Amino acid sequence: MAVAAIKEYVGVHADSEDKFHGAKLLYIGWEDHLMFCAPFAFPLPPDMPFGAIIEAVLPGAYGYHPDFARIDWSTAEWFKSGEPFHPDPAKSLADNGLGHKDVIRFRTPGLTGIKGSAS
Amino acid sequence: MTDTTTPPAAPAKKLGLKERYALMTRGLGWETTYQPMNEVFPYVEYEGIKIHDWDKWEDPFRLTMDSYWKYQAEKERKLYAIMDAFSQNNGHLGLTDARYINALKLFLTGVSPLEYMAHRGFAHVGRAFPGVGPRVACQMQALDELRHAQTQIHSMSNYNKFYDGFHSWRHMHDRVWYLSVPKSFFDDAITAGPFEYMIAIGFSFEYVLTNLLFVPFISGAAYNGDMGAMAFGFSAQSDESRHMTLGLEVIKFLLEQDPDNLPIVQHWIDKWFWRGYRVLTLVAMMMDYMLPKKVMSWREAWEIYAEENGGALFADLARYGIRAPLGWDQACADKDHISHQAWATFYNYQAAAPFHTWDPSEADMEWLANKYPDTYDKYYRDRFTYWREQHEAGNRFLNTTLPMLCQVCQIPMLFTEPGDPTKICYRESDFEGEKFHFCSDGCKNIFDHEPQKYVQAWLPVHQIYQGNCFGPDADPTAADFNPLVEVLKWYRLNIGQDNTDYAESEDKKNFNAWRALTTEN
Repeated sequence: MAVAAIKEYVGVHADSEDKFHGAKLLYIGWEDHLMFCAPFAFPLPPDMPFGAIIEAVLPGAYGYHPDFARIDWSTAEWFKSGEPFHPDPAKSLADNGLGHKDVIRFRTPGLTGIKGSAS
Repeated sequence: MTDTTTPPAAPAKKLGLKERYALMTRGLGWETTYQPMNEVFPYVEYEGIKIHDWDKWEDPFRLTMDSYWKYQAEKERKLYAIMDAFSQNNGHLGLTDARYINALKLFLTGVSPLEYMAHRGFAHVGRAFPGVGPRVACQMQALDELRHAQTQIHSMSNYNKFYDGFHSWRHMHDRVWYLSVPKSFFDDAITAGPFEYMIAIGFSFEYVLTNLLFVPFISGAAYNGDMGAMAFGFSAQSDESRHMTLGLEVIKFLLEQDPDNLPIVQHWIDKWFWRGYRVLTLVAMMMDYMLPKKVMSWREAWEIYAEENGGALFADLARYGIRAPLGWDQACADKDHISHQAWATFYNYQAAAPFHTWDPSEADMEWLANKYPDTYDKYYRDRFTYWREQHEAGNRFLNTTLPMLCQVCQIPMLFTEPGDPTKICYRESDFEGEKFHFCSDGCKNIFDHEPQKYVQAWLPVHQIYQGNCFGPDADPTAADFNPLVEVLKWYRLNIGQDNTDYAESEDKKNFNAWRALTTEN
């Protein structure tokens, strides 16, 4: 619906793609690990290979968790906007179909947080 | 010059109460003639609300401005006498514990600026209404809110002499990540039309939710020995009851004026219940985690002030066709979770917040397990125990990666799926070629109804990534540029003082040393 207003109302998008200096926002969440209170937001270059997320981005964000070192990435399950997603680590984020402000999550079977509490 | 032709007037007859009231309220309005009324009051029609007869407005409190000043002046005198006595006697050393002071930091940075915005809001909408009854009522509330902002600032300024984190509350309110939550809530209300503002603040916040904000803070002050904050709370109490009455009158008036107003009002109630409820997450956390001497749990407060009182209210409003707000059931179910999830979030981002967090002690955890028998041990205890053990081993958890935020409430996406506290709740919408994300169905509904408004949201995390949150002397090209440190400087946060765990804080060290001076030789 339109905003009720006394004249024409135009909302300028505060976070459009052009405002991030060439990067695109990607949100990433790790299922069953709520020690990290919320998913993360990352500004990433679209030509970065997806594999770099696993190798260079996630360790700094999630490395504190004792489960992180135990992840077998070959069994990790990925989701994009909640739907199963099969990224190719060698291809770029863009070629994996990831655009500005997409949200992906990963599940690591067998790893369910501190004492299995999803923490 | 004296006019000698007029005979001396007979002594004025003293007006009766009723007559005097009419003259001092309704008698102050008039129909304009130099300008058409619809140009003098340009904001009164565009929201679609239909008012046929402003005289049907029943003044909820029979108070004229001259009596208002008299009552308020008396309350101020008492309040400032107590505040002076508290500070002159070093009342802060009588607190249960200096952890309590962090609840005040949260209040001063998050709530007091909203009191000031409420002042501006009521002044603005009072001007917008052609009816004299609501104009006078809004004027009084505008003055009340200004007084509340001032008395809170004065009451808490005493702590600024001794403790960290009080120094830049106003500056921080416009910048610090978690303060965008209360700030955007009020900015949303004040940029709405006058009727929506009245439903948002006058009804949904003041009537439905205010007890959940003020009772916990003021009782918390009383339980923890803070005479200053307790006094401003009591001084505001009679104002608050006036505000609640006004909120209720507004809704009844709108619903009685025209049946077409019902769906508009119902949507506003749905929206503003959810907006207000999300802001109260901060109160939930304060009650369960920040008070050394706890008043009651968030769950208990929710059951009394929302489920019982609010339930009765909506049952009462059913005769107008109003139902309980959307999201009500979810809010009731989530009473077992949000305080733990919120404290965990501030614990995560301690380094970026100007107040202290800490590991709940074993005794605190027992209290929580007792108050939350279905959820604490099952979902939360292990998390906090692990953190405490790591902290004791010198490895305190500090999350330095920026979180994903909800586009509407602006809270990090920390809330879990209804019915499954192990899964984060994700919702999204596409609008004009861009994706937007939400923490809940409530926030998504609000966005979908007015996307043009919420695409403009100033989301702290995105603003940091756009490069808009650094001071003028920051140099992003420098080899040693640390973006997070630069953001904290821009917040005016004193790094290593304001933003440490309580265990390592100056506040703890100083409070214990000063208190020892009063009890030992």
